[in-house]
Formats: sequence, C-alpha cells, structure tokens
Amino acid sequence: MEKTTAASSPAKQTLIGQRIKKPDAPDKATGKTRYINDMVLPQMLFGKVLFAGRPHARIVRLDTTAAEKLPGVHAVLTGKDAAGLKFGFVRDNVALKDKVRCEHDEIAAVAAETEDIARRALELIEVEYEDLPGVFTPEAGAKEGAPLIHENFPGNKSLHFEIQHGDLAAAEAGSDLIVDNVFRPHHVTHCCMGTSCAIADFDHNGKLTIWTQTQYPYNYKMDLAPALGINPGDIRVIQPPVGGAFGSKLDVYPYEPIAALLAKKTGRPVKVMYSREEEFKASPTRQAAIIHMRTGCTRDGTLTFRAADVLLDNGAYTSWGPTIPVIMMRTVSGHYRVPVVDFKAQAIYTNNPYAGSFRGYGNVQTTYATAQQMDMLADMVDMDPLAFHLKNAQKSGEVTPQKSFLRECALTECLQTAAEASDYSRKRKEYAALREQPGRYKKGIGLASSIHNAGGAKIHKSDGIGTILKMDDYARVTVITGASEIGQGIDAVITLIVAEELGVPLEHVTIVNNDSDIAPWDVGVHASRTTFIAGNGTRRAARKAKEQILRAAEKMLGEPAQGLALRGGSVVRDRDGAALIKLDRLLRQMHFQPEPELVMVTDYYEPKSEPEGAKHISDHSAAYSHAVHIAEITVDTLTGEITVDKVTVAQDVGRVINRMGLEGQIEGGIAIGLGYALSENMRIENGMLRNPGFRDYKLITAPEMPPLDLHFIESDCAEGPYGAKGISELPTIVIAPAIANALYNATGVRIFNPPMSPETVARAIHEKRQATTQAA
Amino acid sequence: MSVETEIRFRLNGREVCLKVPATMKTLAMLRDKLGMTGTKYACGEGECGACTIKVDGKTVNSCLMYAVDCDGRELVTVEGLRAPDGLHPVQQAFVDHGAVQCGFCTPGMIVQAHYLLENNPGLTREEAQRGLEGNLCRCTGYTKVLDAVEAVAGKGACAGGKGACLGGRAPDAA
Repeated sequence: MEKTTAASSPAKQTLIGQRIKKPDAPDKATGKTRYINDMVLPQMLFGKVLFAGRPHARIVRLDTTAAEKLPGVHAVLTGKDAAGLKFGFVRDNVALKDKVRCEHDEIAAVAAETEDIARRALELIEVEYEDLPGVFTPEAGAKEGAPLIHENFPGNKSLHFEIQHGDLAAAEAGSDLIVDNVFRPHHVTHCCMGTSCAIADFDHNGKLTIWTQTQYPYNYKMDLAPALGINPGDIRVIQPPVGGAFGSKLDVYPYEPIAALLAKKTGRPVKVMYSREEEFKASPTRQAAIIHMRTGCTRDGTLTFRAADVLLDNGAYTSWGPTIPVIMMRTVSGHYRVPVVDFKAQAIYTNNPYAGSFRGYGNVQTTYATAQQMDMLADMVDMDPLAFHLKNAQKSGEVTPQKSFLRECALTECLQTAAEASDYSRKRKEYAALREQPGRYKKGIGLASSIHNAGGAKIHKSDGIGTILKMDDYARVTVITGASEIGQGIDAVITLIVAEELGVPLEHVTIVNNDSDIAPWDVGVHASRTTFIAGNGTRRAARKAKEQILRAAEKMLGEPAQGLALRGGSVVRDRDGAALIKLDRLLRQMHFQPEPELVMVTDYYEPKSEPEGAKHISDHSAAYSHAVHIAEITVDTLTGEITVDKVTVAQDVGRVINRMGLEGQIEGGIAIGLGYALSENMRIENGMLRNPGFRDYKLITAPEMPPLDLHFIESDCAEGPYGAKGISELPTIVIAPAIANALYNATGVRIFNPPMSPETVARAIHEKRQATTQAA
Repeated sequence: MSVETEIRFRLNGREVCLKVPATMKTLAMLRDKLGMTGTKYACGEGECGACTIKVDGKTVNSCLMYAVDCDGRELVTVEGLRAPDGLHPVQQAFVDHGAVQCGFCTPGMIVQAHYLLENNPGLTREEAQRGLEGNLCRCTGYTKVLDAVEAVAGKGACAGGKGACLGGRAPDAA
C-alpha cells in the first residue's frame, strides 16, 4: 500500500530555464556513438567519385573499360547512367555529368570491395576534355556574350528576387545624408567535422533505404527522387548521428544519388564518404555576393530609405544558396525602421563551386552591410551609434514594409543591455580619440545588431511538425518526432519539455527521430525553427497525454481532474501537493482495466505564420528576434592582426528553455561568425579551390575564442513554447559587423571585402595613412 | 599488394596482435581493422585533432602515425578512458558542462584534455586553450570545452593510476 502525505510530496518546480545535459552526450564522450561515418553494413561496397578537376569543359572521350576489369570493382557509372535524371531547385543538376561546369563536377563513380580498389579504379578511367572559356565572377557571367554555362539559362541568369516599398526617389530627395557602398562578402564553407557520407541500399521491391546526414528528411525524399527516377514514397531516410550540419545538409548533393545509383546497379549497400579535401571541394559554400547598398537618413538621425542591389555568385548549379535573398530582403526592409525599401537580387551562374544554405542564410552577408552603414550614418550625423540605433529601433507591435509583425520586439532592451554591460559609449569615445595618436596597438569597440526569423519561416507550403507521444506501463515516455538532431540539442529541449509537462524524470524520456518510416513529417532543421516548432509540438502532445491521464485518474480516484497535476512521477492533488498514485501504476491500471486504454497521442502543429508568397509581402515567421553584439578588439596596426578581447551579447530569446544548450548555441554560432569575419576564406582562382584543407583554411581555434558576456532578454513570445523564440542563427550573423565597426573605431578603416584578415587590414591601414600623408 | 607486418601492442590495457600493411595509418587500423570507431577521421593530415590518441603517454594524431610503428607500444583511445563506476571524470565534465554538441571532435578533445591534465594537474584556462589549439570544433566555440577542463583541473582526476582515473587501463586490467 502506497502511503502518501502532503509533506512528502514533491514541490512544484519548473525545469524551464534550467541547465539540462544533452542525453546523447555520455555516448559521444566515450566514443560509443556510432556516426554514419563509422557505419559498416554486411556486403557493403565502397563508392568513390571521379571529379573533373577543371572548371568548364566538354567531355570528348570517356573510357571505363580498364576500371571495370579491375578485380573487386562491382560497378562503374558515368553520365549516361544518370542522363535525364535532373534534380535541384531549378532542375539544373544531375548526379553524374556529361559536361563539366565546375571543378568538382562528378564525371564517374565506382563501387568496389574496398576503398583502395575503388580509388585505383578511378585512376584507370580515361577522360579526355576540351576546356572551355569559363566565367568566374557574377559580373563576368552577366556580360553580353559571356560563355553560357547552362544552355537553357540564357544570360547565365539563375534566380531573381525583388521588392519595392514606398517612393524611393522621394525618399532619396528627402535624405540629408546617404551612404553608398559596395560590399563583397566571400565564399566560406561549413567544415562539418564529420565529412559528407551516405549509405544506400535497395530492396527487391524497389524501395531505397538511405542512411544520410540530412537535416530535412521529409522534403529530402522529394528532392532525391527525381535524381533516381523513383517515387519519393519509395525512399526510407535513416539519420544516424552526424558530425555537424549547419545548413549544409538542407539539400541533396550528387554523392547521395550516386550512392543510390551504385546500390541499384550492384544490388548491395554502397557507402560514399568524402575525404577532407573532397569535402572542401565538393560540399556547398556560403553564397558569395556583391551587395551595392545605399541607406539614407535625415540630419536628426531618422532613417529614410534603404536600397540594395545584389549580384549573387550562383556557382555552377542552383542549390539553396541563390534563394538567400528571401532572408536578405527581410533584413534590408526590417533591420531598424526603414520607411522606404528597394531590393533587387540576381543570381548569375559561374564556373565556381555552388552555394547551399549555411547558418545565417543570407543574413550574414546582408547584416555585414546594413550594420556597417548604420555605424557610418551615426558618424555622419555625429551621433553616438547607440543613440542612433535607439532612435530607429522598432517597438513591439510594429510591422515592417514586408509585413513582418514584430509582436514582441526587444531591440531597445537588447541595445541598452549590451551597451551598459560593455560601457560602450564611453569606450567608443575614448578609443576614437586615441585613433590618430602614435602607437602600434589600437583598441576599438563596435556595436552591431540584426533581426532574424525566430518562429520558423514559411517558405514551404507548411512550416509544421508531427509528433507522436506514447507512454508504456513503466511510465517511460517515447517521443516520436520529425525534429532532427544534428548536434544542436533538440534532444535536450524535447526531454525537458516532456519532463516539465508529465512530471517524469528526464532520463525516462526516449526520442525517436531518425527514421522517416516511423517519425511523422517535419520541414527540417533550418530557419532557427526547431526549438520553437518542435518545442510547441512536443508541449501540445504532452498536454494531450496529460489530459488523458488526468481524466483516467479522476475516474479512478474520484478527484476532479482540474485539481490534479503530474509531478515527481505521481498524480498529485494541486491543492495540497499530496501524491495520490504513482504514474506507472496508474498507466498499468488504465492499460489492464476492463475498458483498456493506452496513452498514445498524436499532434500536428502548424505555426501561425503566412506563406512567403511570390511577392514576399507576408508575416512569414511566427516570431522575429533581435540580437546585439558589442565587440572589443585590439588591432596590431603593423601586421593588421585583430585580437577579439571580449564580446558582449544581448539577444531576445523569448524565454530560456535549456540554458546550457542556449549558451552553447550562441557560443558556437559566434565561433563560426568569427571565422567568417577574420580568417576563413575559400581561395577560388579561375574556379579552382586553392586551399582545400585546414592548414590553409583557418577555422577559429580555442585560444582565439574571446570571453563572452551573454545576456538573455526574455520578451515572452505569445506563440512560442513557454514564450521561447528561435535563437541559433543570430549569433553567427551579428559578430562580423560588430568587429568591422570596432575596427573602424580603432583605426578609421572599413573593410568591405571580408574576411578582415591581417593582410587585408594591414593594407587598408597602410593605404589610409598614405592618403592622409598625401592630403597633408 | 603491400607487404603485411605482424605487430604487437597494448590497446587500452589489452594485448593486441595483428598484421597490418606497411602503408596503413594507425587511425585506419583502429577504425577499419579493430572496429574502434571512437577515434575519428576528420582531416587525415594532422590538422584537426579528431583522431588524437595516446601512445606511450603522449598524444599523437593517429592519422599521421603508421600502424607498424605501434609495435611494442602502449595505446590509449577514448574508449580506454574510464572510471570504475562509468565515465572518466574528464568525460563526465564534458557531459555536465555542455561541451558536447555534435560530438565528432569530442573523443580527440577528451584524450587531449586528459593528457594535458595528467601532465599538469593544476592546468589554468589559458594553458588549456593553448593545449587544445590543435583540436578543431565547429559546434561549441570551445567555451564549454574549456569550462569542462577547468572544472576537472586541480582535482587530481588524471594523475596516472592514482586518482579516480585508471590512466587508460581497462578496469579489469588495473
């Protein structure tokens, strides 16, 4: 007999905002986790890809005879095996090519018993090319008479986007000051520590099972199917643990259909995994662009308009990279109160590597421009940038020209908090005064902010998620969800929410989210949406389960359900906290009673947002958020080296859910942004990547990571789970312009072509000194 | 075919004897021959530290070391770092402090952190930053990794076989 008293019952405590450990961390920390890269299946063959190694060419002759004869080789495929199987955003790509359009174009693929045999087989393939003149910048590609990359895309024109709001000519005429600059954000790449990998296997009913790193398993089926000529319904997607994704796995890349085509041909599972060099050359990039931006204001510091004309380097094929203007334009129109907006973006095919989506999704490039122009205008009207930003900051309830409804807007609080915590205004004045004084090392402080969607982004027909939640006879909870785990920590968030709602221990929650035949539909891990969308889905499912349990408890205990709660693994009476029955016992009684029932609920959550639409005038996210970064740096004016001494962050997170995960996302996001700002750069010369390795492509390392002072502003988003907003992209977006503004504060120079590498900064300082000397 | 050489060494406290081709790297031997997939391939040229293991008490990038050179040596991988009651204190600290996201760099990071603490039990945060410079991480921004190492420093957790750590020996071999 269980005896319970009010005194011994668990007190009501919330888990929201606590520090929750990632459930998969112990296995990862001990080497037990089996990543896709570690997987070996019985009978598995190893696939290898022959890359063109030249940017633009016709294939004159291709002979695979010797490769096919090599013992241990099971299949050799070429362009004719993928002919007509077009895939990609505008159907301009095939798994294996009959013409070369970029360095990493896949010309042939081999499946063999060992990786070594596959590699030797590639060496035996004879290819004769006729090189063609190439196009290596979007300006060159847009010129009349430029070499055509795809015959069905005249003028090398890929995607085009534009929005206009208000009378631009009148706004320009009414502006006292206008800044006008051309920014040239560069190519960088994701550098997931686990290289790209897929394992494919067909059964005899023609159904494909693909083990993949994808972060969007359901639309992935739709995107992969045309590359294979099969029905998306015949694809089962299994997602083993992955070594990072960061947006790189939001599309189908040729190695995936290649693995599947090889599997189909051989009747055996085939694994394709890239080396690091292949990863650098053949995985997507962040979009390089040329952004011509103008922003105006009146003498009192009120913004009048912002106009941007963007030329995107599409690369050879159209993945998600050229779609980034969808987010770029939201920043141009929504980063501070701009009454008049003019935005145009044209993507131009080149023979360069092609871009995919990457954490920050166009906003990294745009904010690098908008946030610097804010700083420049403040200087021109002789205002403290903080005051200038505050003057133009939107308030809760405002609507942007694109109809983004800023229901809960905490931009002002973010600005004030970060500025106060870093003593921004005083330091800025002090450092500016020291700028022209002698001395090799200069200190600078810079403020930047941005806006980003924080409640998903309805760029598909739905931005929803399916959730199934079931409880067993031991009160263990299984959440079967479409939300993918790519290292970001949705596992901890879902666990926390279930434990919060159902009063079970965290370790009694299991998540199944890695098999498209089991878990229900979800859009994918993108747009900073997963905590928001999957958090809501999980909470709704858990509340349905709770209702069912409390109804059963009411029947069994004779206590009204509305006076009952679930806490500490028991049904408790809310009034006095008395634990009335253990949850596992209740569940067994529900299960084995004369009218048996199982606790097994489903939910489909669709956020209250509007589809993006062709005109891009819509409230496309269920929430928007801001972040402010203040970077403090030291510049070595001789070498151009920037040391980031400290970053103060104030971000509107809506509500903290898992504090530890939130901090980790912001810290990691800033590290990627720091690499973008300071050191990472794909050196692409005539279409050829010259630094495909970590030796020459410099990621941020532990000693370069500055101390961070994080401030979470809780704006309590009405639509968010417990008030939370999505958070993961803003940290990557805001840091680079904060450093750029600090560099200006320290030295008076501005870098329009990132990264702010020592070479670039030193040259800019030198040129500025020369100009000053000449002027004197 | 390349010539195979028989080698003997201790791996995580156990005797191992196998034949390896002269061209094989230690990383490939661990992963492909022995199924010890805790040690990761991420660059193959000694730049990222994901394949860090200990050889005779010192950390090496196993992607750069030929397998034949393991002969007669004592190897410790992430799987060999254990405490009698489960996770090694360094591993536990990584879990507790949120130093694991995708976790792909974590094994190498933990072996390197263990090595640093073993040789400098009172390691400061700055020393840990320097000591982990060769281990790349794309997820965490290193902050929580350093928090984890700092939390274990000064607690004698990695002092050879003396503290809670078994210094890479499997519990049954201690």
